[in-house]
Amino acid sequence: MNKPATPNSFRTGPDEQGMFGIFGGRFVAETLMPLILDLERHWNEVKDDPDFKAELTDLSTHYAGRPSKLYFAEGLTRHLREVSSAKGLGGGAKVYFKREDLNHTGSHKINNCLGQILLAKRMGKKRIIAETGAGQHGVASATVAARFGFPCVVYMGATDVARQSPNVFRMKLLGAEVRPVTAGHGTLKDAMNEALRDWVTNVEDTYYLIGTAAGPHPYPELVRDFQSVIGTEARAQILEQEGRLPDTIIACVGGGSNAIGLFHPFLDDKEVRIIGIEAGGRGLDGIEHCASMNAGAPGVLHGNRTYLLQNADGQIIDGHSISAGLDYPGVGPEHSWLRDSGRVDYVPVLDDEALEAFQLTTRVEGIIPALESAHAIAHAVKIVPAMDKDQIVIVNLSGRGDKDVHTVANMLGMEI
Amino acid sequence: MTTRIDRRMAKLKAEGRPALVTYFMSGDPDYDTALSIMKALPKAGADIIEMGMPFSDPMADGPAIQAAGLRALKGGQTLVKTLKMASEFRTTDNETPIVLMGYYNPIYIHGVDRFLRDALASGIDGLIVVDLPPEMDEELCIPALKAGINFIRLATPTTDDKRLPKVLQNTSGFVYYVSMTGITGSALADTGKVAAAVGRIKGHTDLPVCVGFGVKTAEQARIIGASADGVVVGTAIVNAVANVLGPKGEKTADPAEAVATLVSGLSQGVRAARLAAAE
Repeated sequence: MNKPATPNSFRTGPDEQGMFGIFGGRFVAETLMPLILDLERHWNEVKDDPDFKAELTDLSTHYAGRPSKLYFAEGLTRHLREVSSAKGLGGGAKVYFKREDLNHTGSHKINNCLGQILLAKRMGKKRIIAETGAGQHGVASATVAARFGFPCVVYMGATDVARQSPNVFRMKLLGAEVRPVTAGHGTLKDAMNEALRDWVTNVEDTYYLIGTAAGPHPYPELVRDFQSVIGTEARAQILEQEGRLPDTIIACVGGGSNAIGLFHPFLDDKEVRIIGIEAGGRGLDGIEHCASMNAGAPGVLHGNRTYLLQNADGQIIDGHSISAGLDYPGVGPEHSWLRDSGRVDYVPVLDDEALEAFQLTTRVEGIIPALESAHAIAHAVKIVPAMDKDQIVIVNLSGRGDKDVHTVANMLGMEI
Repeated sequence: MTTRIDRRMAKLKAEGRPALVTYFMSGDPDYDTALSIMKALPKAGADIIEMGMPFSDPMADGPAIQAAGLRALKGGQTLVKTLKMASEFRTTDNETPIVLMGYYNPIYIHGVDRFLRDALASGIDGLIVVDLPPEMDEELCIPALKAGINFIRLATPTTDDKRLPKVLQNTSGFVYYVSMTGITGSALADTGKVAAAVGRIKGHTDLPVCVGFGVKTAEQARIIGASADGVVVGTAIVNAVANVLGPKGEKTADPAEAVATLVSGLSQGVRAARLAAAE
């Protein structure tokens, strides 16, 4: 694929058609088109509205607990310096965690849900639907629906229902109805299909609260903008704590909302290296991974053009990841564009590597990270020992790992 | 230029009756059976054939068509085989219009220019691509029109008068009015509302208006056909196939015969619509 010319700024997309280069767009059925246009109209009204911003900021502060801390991970830094010394390198950059795991509901997902529920309220919608993979977005959606008094239906793949049972129970406690989806492999992709079918059927009163920076325009843009609070805070915090920008920032990428949230405010800081981590699953040789940007090709699914795992006939392939939140055969369109433009590097991390990072972080930091976030940490573990001691790495700790303890116990052959 | 669709619609208009537009899933449950179903359709009274192109993620389809698509994919169906099936059909029928219906990704991966060349060579007359609204016309609609293939657009109850001209702008062949919001195979919408909607669309275009989503019986076909230029039947046909398949996908009766029986009945419905409208 030809590289597009380097733009003056990486932060101006999407264009009026909702495109990031060739990616993005509005590939939806006609039934949904008027709704998407209506959503775009409302979004354009509120995005610069001071009252909307004030209401969101107030909720983010007092309800969700923002700003999240930028934490110097001293234990992990010390450990990686020992690794560096053992290799005779004598280096090891300082590692910081952006603590999205400390947010209400335990992940970055609440940032987007608070923004979108306020939008739904403004639009006069009466009912919320959402899709979820790991259950983090489902829990965050059910939470804001409870807070604002909306009935909420969450579509969740049957496989994910089984491997994320604590989150299923949480959603039910919050008053949401969880509808298991058995189509396909019963994962996030299938949940999204089913949510779209619900939306096509209940167009009058339903707001579709998409959980990641993907889908038809304007979702990739609005989810990114709600999540950009992560990067905006992290940028100010590192300037305050270290007096300079980081050398490298790292986040995991499934659909890619936590990653685009961290990356976007740094995109025009040319000296900052940006790395997105895809789920390498059991390796990129077969189909047991979710590394769409490393091993897929551009295609059209779920309302946007983006990198997808697919066969030669254009049929979408179900991937695999140990982490339900990364188990998606596509990725947000802005990531696809950032990949092709060369601004962001996307690299895979295997299931086993993520599992090791999960255990390491738990042991040396006393923080149980989500398996999704453990993918990002695993990459830091790989590159930090070869970096200099005066260099700085920020890893987005997108969520807490309590939800994953059953999966991890299984993988380690332990019984809880 | 006129296409088989234009000619067929003009002929039916002269006869004073609506078209029976029949959808089947290509490759369901396997290539040979699907081809025999396709060949049975015109003999049983179908005027236009919609050929479903299976896709792994049919977001606008209900359980029946989802399952049919999965059976077809499991049976090894691909876009290339769907086009081959159309070519084989054309060796014995060069009149019945064929409209391909499905989702964009398999076409995009095949390559738009290559797809249009191959589709023309296979005797395809029109395309219905569910996830390409007018906002994305540059992708396939405009190239298809230039290539001489009709691009048939869906209009829905959410397509208001303000939006309708945009939807109709590059539409040709006919307009497919989806009589309700929702996925394929849902319950039939209020027929009075359907007639009003058809009238509304006809106020904006001279193209024939065919109505689909929810038609299952000859009586429903007759009622819808009284106001529309065509009646589309899909899920009922796909179900007729599914009903003669056993738990392991084995055939318990001839699917082509089951489809032919259903379509013959529906065909009497649309033929009675002319009498009903004339009363």
